[in-house]
Formats: sequence, C-alpha cells, structure tokens
Amino acid sequence: MRAILSQRATTGLHLLYVVLVSCAAPLFLGGLLSDIAYARTYEIQWLNFADWLIAGAMVFTGVALAWSLVEVVLDRGRSRAGLIGLGILVATFLVGLLNSLTHARDAWGTMPAGLILSLVTTALAIAAIWFAVAQARTGAVQ
Amino acid sequence: MRNLRLLPLVATAALLTACGGGEEAQHYGPNPTLPEPERGLLPSMKISEPGPWGQQRPLVPAGYTVTAIATNLAIPRQTLVLPNGDILVAEGRGGHAPKLRPKDIIAGMIKSKGTTSVKSGNRLTLLRDANGDGVYELRTVFADKLDAPYGLALVGDQLYVANQGALVRFAYTPGQTQAGAPPVKVTDLPSHINHHWTKSLAASPDGRFLYVGIGSNSNITERGMPAEADRAMVWQIDAASGAHRPFATGLRNPTALAIQPGTGQLWAVVNERDELGPNLVPDYLTFVRDGGFYGWPYSYWGQNVDNRVRPQDPQKVATAIRPDYSLGAHVAALGVAFSNPAMGAAFADGVFVGEHGSWNRSQPSGYKVVFVPFQNGRPAGPPRDVVTGFLGADGKARGRPVGVTVDPRGALIVADDLSNTIWRVTPPRPAGA
Repeated sequence: MRAILSQRATTGLHLLYVVLVSCAAPLFLGGLLSDIAYARTYEIQWLNFADWLIAGAMVFTGVALAWSLVEVVLDRGRSRAGLIGLGILVATFLVGLLNSLTHARDAWGTMPAGLILSLVTTALAIAAIWFAVAQARTGAVQ
Repeated sequence: MRNLRLLPLVATAALLTACGGGEEAQHYGPNPTLPEPERGLLPSMKISEPGPWGQQRPLVPAGYTVTAIATNLAIPRQTLVLPNGDILVAEGRGGHAPKLRPKDIIAGMIKSKGTTSVKSGNRLTLLRDANGDGVYELRTVFADKLDAPYGLALVGDQLYVANQGALVRFAYTPGQTQAGAPPVKVTDLPSHINHHWTKSLAASPDGRFLYVGIGSNSNITERGMPAEADRAMVWQIDAASGAHRPFATGLRNPTALAIQPGTGQLWAVVNERDELGPNLVPDYLTFVRDGGFYGWPYSYWGQNVDNRVRPQDPQKVATAIRPDYSLGAHVAALGVAFSNPAMGAAFADGVFVGEHGSWNRSQPSGYKVVFVPFQNGRPAGPPRDVVTGFLGADGKARGRPVGVTVDPRGALIVADDLSNTIWRVTPPRPAGA
C-alpha cells in the first residue's frame, strides 16, 4: 500500500516534469524556424522572435531541470530512461545557453552558428520529451 | 566579392611586412593596426562605476590650471562660448529606443551603472564671468523645455540648437541671459527610435548652412535596415529654408562637428561599431568630404567588410573612404574643438577631443581630453593627454568628458556629464600680466 502511494506521488511529480519539458521543445522549434526565416530573408524581426522564443524555452528548460533535481532527491531509484532523460535535459540546457549567447550577437553575427545551435537544441528538447514520457510509462507499468 | 573581402587582409599583411613585424600595435594616427574581428561568447563589458571627486581634480599639464566653473548641472553635454565670453551649456539625455531583445534589457541595466542618475535637464544654462577673474558668478537658465539639446551654434544674431528631434533657433542679442521667446523650428531631424540620439551641430563660416550629425539607429543594423533611413550621416541644412541634403554618409555616430579655422572645412569625430574586439573598430577624427561615404554599416576603416551586415553591398564598400586619424577603439569621442595660440605654444595648432571613455573593453580607454596636433591643416603626430584623472587608480570614474570648446581668450571648456560639472582649463599666464 505504501509502495503504491509513493509510486502515485512520484507519477504526479513526474507529470509536471513532462509538462515543463514539453513546453520547451515547441519554443526551441519556433526559434529554429525564425532563424531559418531570418537566414532566408535578412528580415531582422525574425531574429528578434528567435531571441525571445529561445529565452522562453530556456525558462522552461531551467525549471524542468530544477524539477528533475527535486525528483532525484525524492525518488532515488531512477529508471534507465529517467537517467538518460536527465542527461539529455542537461545537454539541452547547456547548448540552449550557448545558443542564447550566440543570439545576443548583432544581426548576421548570429549566423550560421545560431541556426545550427537552434537545430541541435530543438532535437535535444524533443528527445528530452521522449525520455520523459518513456519514464512515465515505465513508472506506470511497474 | 571574395577577392574584395581578402583585400584588407592582403593590405594588412603587406603593411606588417613593411614594418618588419614585431612592432607594437599602433592604435592612433592615420594607419592604425586593425586586428582580426573577434567576439567571444559574452561581449566584453567593463563599467567604471562612478566615484566622487572629493578633494581631487582632473590632471592638467604643468603650469595649466583647472577649475570647476559650474557644478550640479543636469547632464551637461556640449558648450558654446558666446562673443561676450558667456558660456552656454546644453543639458539633457535623449533617445527612446525600445528594448527589443533580452540582450537590450541586460545590457541596459549594466550600462546604467556607469552614468549619472540625474534627470535630463532639457535646457540651456548660461554662465557668466563678468569681471574676467575666472569665477563664473552668474548662472541663469537661458532656455528650458527643450528636447535633449546637444549641438549649439551661433550665426550672427541667431542661436541654433540641435534638439534630438528638431533643429531650432533663438534670436540672440549680446549680453542676453535669457531667451526672449520660445524657439522657432528650422526643420525636423530624424528621431524615430533614436538609438544614437545626440545631434551634433556646426555652421558654415558664411552662416548659410548648418551641418547636423545624425547617429545610426543601432550598433550594426540589428534594428533592421529600414530604421537606418536618414541615419549615420551629416545633413547640410539651408539656414534660410530648412531644406536639407545628405552631406556625407556612412558615419556611424558623428558625435561632434567643428569647422577648421582658415580652410572653413568641416571636421568630425565619429564613434565606430562595437563587438568586434577590444582594438576594433577605432573611433576617428576626420575631415568630412562633401558626398563622401565612410563605410557604415557595410565596412569599417575604409573597405574592411563587416560580415554582420546583410544584405552586403560590395559596390558601396568600394567607394568607402578611409578616415584621417584613429583615436583608438571604444574611446567614445564626444567632443572636438580647434585650438588657437591662446591655449599655449604646445597646443597652438590642432584639435582637442573629449573622450567619454569605454564600456566594452576590459582595459578601459578614453576618460580624458586629448590634443591631436596639426601641421599644414592635417593631423600630425600622436595624441597628447591634456585633461586626465577622470578615471581614478581605484578604477572608479570621477567624471566623463563630453563636449570641448575653446574660449578664444585662452581657455578650454570641458563638459563632464558624470559629475555634472563644467571644467575650465587655462594656460599659464605670463608673470606680471
């Protein structure tokens, strides 16, 4: 009975983590699409959009990272998927930070590094969702 | 286009070979060393935090005297010495550039630590020393309710003031301590966004034309190309009609203009672009050629292409003029004035330049007034320090020089917009005089 209760609590905690990670990915994707639009048109407003979208994505990534640390403390026995997911989230945060700083350069100074980093962070953020959901499923099956 | 981009490299290589290499980098003069552009993950920012003058004073050459002739002003920027010796001070702070990116918010918070917290004066203050003892005992508000006034020029009985959004004029009679009527608008000036808001001003010797320096609306086009219409140029304005034409373009931020005595030629100090490294791009002093294009945004120091600008314009770059004299990168030259023999033999022929000081260089530069000696009407030789000590040994900034003006009777007037002071530097008086 106690085991079931703690598992339920863990699943509830984890759902919030899934939500936070899921918020970051579309924002990173928006940043990537804006970068592509800027690279194709040289229209600076796209770059402004990319700056804010990436900044927003970083907020969710940061909170998700903090949340997953809370999870680690509350729930020591993490599944394999959970550990890989945490590693990917850390990578998303670090590459995302690099991308934010790259996007703080002026005009075309952002390119091409900014676009490549946007591509990488978007892929990482989507992978982070994958593992977050996978962990939730294994958690439910146990 | 590829060859064009390589040109500066080849030129630099040739220059280095010619110098025999191993020589110390040259930051000043007509042929500064231009390092490769560099930009780390974070732009270098080093704000020299303000500190009080206390008992200290700016340092001046031996025998020269410096006094604070007015304090507690509301952000003094540029000054004008009137024919009767009165000094007009333009006070204010302008610009209404919105914070477009996360970077703008962070950089704005950091930069504001290095400037005064005093409210913009938006006025002209008049200072008078009636008996010539060097004490400016009378102080009046000549005109207020202006909009970030900066450039000042007197032509006959017309006093021209360059507000951040319009060129206006007052009728002036010698001895006046207060404007008799509100100003009359000569013409509107470009003021949308106003990233670089200061409007510098000079009048042609015959008084027919006014020259207004208009800074760019961004560091390097990061607010978009449309925002740069009518920016980064000097306008020539017909005083009678207010009609204008671009006189010279590609000048990123022409913060001060001066007419060379004798030749009547227009000279300017220009602040160049940031985020290309601590020694790039040099701010400069130059003779402003009618119709000349000086590179911004496409290229710097002549034809060195700035890769951050899209779309590029190789044809424009091919026409870009090299400026005359490098003052060093990031010194932020905000004042220029031609000297005269009354300033002493050492400073008889040349220009004084007020350097506000850097914020984006780990080793601060500027924070002083220098003298660039001239020979045969052209800069000749390295700059000499004239007024220093604005940046203390403790790294705190006591003041930051802006406008410099030469009083024909032999005094250098320096506006300091950090300690909100007007400094007056006088040469040694002959004994018994």
